Amino acid sequence: MASLTLVEAVNQALAWEMARDDSVVVFGEDVGVNGGVFRATVDLQEKFGTERVFDTPLAEAMIAGLSVGLGTQGFKPVPEIQFMGFIYPALDQIVNHASRLRNRTRGRLTCPMVLRAPFGTGIRAPEHHSESTEAMFAHMPGVRVVIPSSPVRAYGLLLSAIRDPDPVVFLEPKRIYRAFRQEVPDNGEGLPLDTAFVTRPGTDVTVITWGASALETWNAVGELAEEGIDCEVVDLATVSPMDKDTILESVSRTGRAVIVHEAALSGGLGGEVAAILASEGLYSLEAPVIRVGGYDTVPPLARMEYGYIPGIQRIKDAVHECLES
Amino acid sequence: MPVVAQFQITYTQFLDEHAKAQQELPDFAADADEMARMYRFMHLTRVFDQRCINLQRTGQVGTIASSNGHEAAQIGIAAAMRPEDVLAPSYREHGAVIWRGVRMSQLLAVWGGDERGHDWDGPRHDFPYCVPIATQCLHAAGAALGLKMRGANACAVALCGDGATSEGAFYEALNAAGAMKLPVVFLVTNNRYAISMPVEGQTAAETLAQKAIAVGIPGEQVDGNDLIAVRNASESALERARSGGGASLIEALSYRLADHTTADDASRYRDGEEVEQARRRAPLHRMKQFMAERFGWTDEQENALIEELEAEVEKEVEAYLSIPPPRIEDIFEHQFANMPAALEAQREIARKYPVPDHG
Repeated sequence: MASLTLVEAVNQALAWEMARDDSVVVFGEDVGVNGGVFRATVDLQEKFGTERVFDTPLAEAMIAGLSVGLGTQGFKPVPEIQFMGFIYPALDQIVNHASRLRNRTRGRLTCPMVLRAPFGTGIRAPEHHSESTEAMFAHMPGVRVVIPSSPVRAYGLLLSAIRDPDPVVFLEPKRIYRAFRQEVPDNGEGLPLDTAFVTRPGTDVTVITWGASALETWNAVGELAEEGIDCEVVDLATVSPMDKDTILESVSRTGRAVIVHEAALSGGLGGEVAAILASEGLYSLEAPVIRVGGYDTVPPLARMEYGYIPGIQRIKDAVHECLES
Repeated sequence: MPVVAQFQITYTQFLDEHAKAQQELPDFAADADEMARMYRFMHLTRVFDQRCINLQRTGQVGTIASSNGHEAAQIGIAAAMRPEDVLAPSYREHGAVIWRGVRMSQLLAVWGGDERGHDWDGPRHDFPYCVPIATQCLHAAGAALGLKMRGANACAVALCGDGATSEGAFYEALNAAGAMKLPVVFLVTNNRYAISMPVEGQTAAETLAQKAIAVGIPGEQVDGNDLIAVRNASESALERARSGGGASLIEALSYRLADHTTADDASRYRDGEEVEQARRRAPLHRMKQFMAERFGWTDEQENALIEELEAEVEKEVEAYLSIPPPRIEDIFEHQFANMPAALEAQREIARKYPVPDHG
């Protein structure tokens, strides 16, 4: 069993599924010869040939639109958008076509695309390389939005995303692409696309998070444990459609909830989690729901980016606030 | 200074507006049955279109885009296609999709506000009508990529209007099709207007066909009101695509004789004299003369044909009006192959509330 980083697990999942299913096709900007700017698709062209792994002209709407067309011809397109900051030209195709082709043809045509994109800040990248706009996609009916936060989940969720018959926006937290390693069995087993993951059981407070913020959350709850505070951690992972049962079940035991995400706070998916708790979990709550998010600012450039990301201390303060109120 | 590249755009017309041959006609133009078949579908498109307008005026369908004046372009390209080819049409291409086997009752359902219309007959791999402008050009390119990867002896066709040529998606589709040598044909019906904007406002280019040159694929202009010119150019382009020669662009010069849609009033932005002049160049008028001169088509035959087509359309209108009403549950059924729990819960809520009739 190999010890893999998150980005290596993405690569392993792509290779597994391409070997298993001839209809899987990988394409995008620099994904072929270069193996992707983050090396997520490295060696795939050598293994599976230029017919199934290829570089496209530089046009994101085209990459998404081509996927819509290709998906109607029996293929499973797994395109890559190089950075989330460049995904916006593709929105037209995602919201107007990919997400609704099944509905508007009553199932005659479908769009089994998995659109992968690295997202989030924290790697000292230039402007427009640091966005976390997952809520934008989660607001589109007909699209699944999946965010892994560990190598194991990257492998299993990506396999399931590719096998899913509907469009999936698969957002990879690039800040933790190489942050840590995990044993990832290369067994082709997918993880469910409708279930959040309880990554740490606990009794005092539920901390709900996803993406790269899982890392700071993990470190924060470790420090809190030394203070005698026992946090339960839920990695939401399949942020849309959202698994509200796991959230409600956890909070029914802990009575308290803190939500941590890197995306700008206002209009972020933390609001959706809080709304679920307010409408369906109110009588479990012993304290107000606390949200910790990125600020409502443009993601700052390198020198301030770790001031923007919800850090360990902010998360710990939020947990304390939740416990004390 | 050395010239490093130069290009020219050809214009092809076989029949002028009086149906006089301008050059030797292609072989299919001598085939009386085939010409009669295309002529019949041009008339069917026209009769259907007129009936659609009436249905809209009486509130039996919603806003609808007329194809009046586009009959030659639509039937010309559709007749050059094979069932295994893939069509990605804009919302105005009634003639092309009817030729492909879509039932008129299904088109009426689309315009009548019922998604079941797009679960239509004809080749099941064809795309539904595309309302966002030019985005279907990318779907055709993507389908063409799939056909090429499968080694299919088939190609894809995107139909769009002059306004679409200003969109990024149009250029991106052409560019990708050129770079990846895709079996796809883009046919632009230049009907001179994108709602109120005349084509001169869309671009400073002398032709829309020359947009192909920038991406390295052939582009040509044809008289889009000349059925023979459209079909001939389409056949060449489709054959080039199917045989590995790559993509091409055809600009079919035409004129939108109707308002943009039934919600539009074209008299606000163009004068009636211009429309009257365009009407004299209309495709049906020209084809009728051609049929009479070449094949002895008589007024009696013409009247009998129209009567027959009106009855055919009426049957389809009745079929449309007798489609059982959709159920509110239907809006949930096709969001995903497997319905998420949250959506199931919303469906249960929706079931409790009767849908108000808003006419």
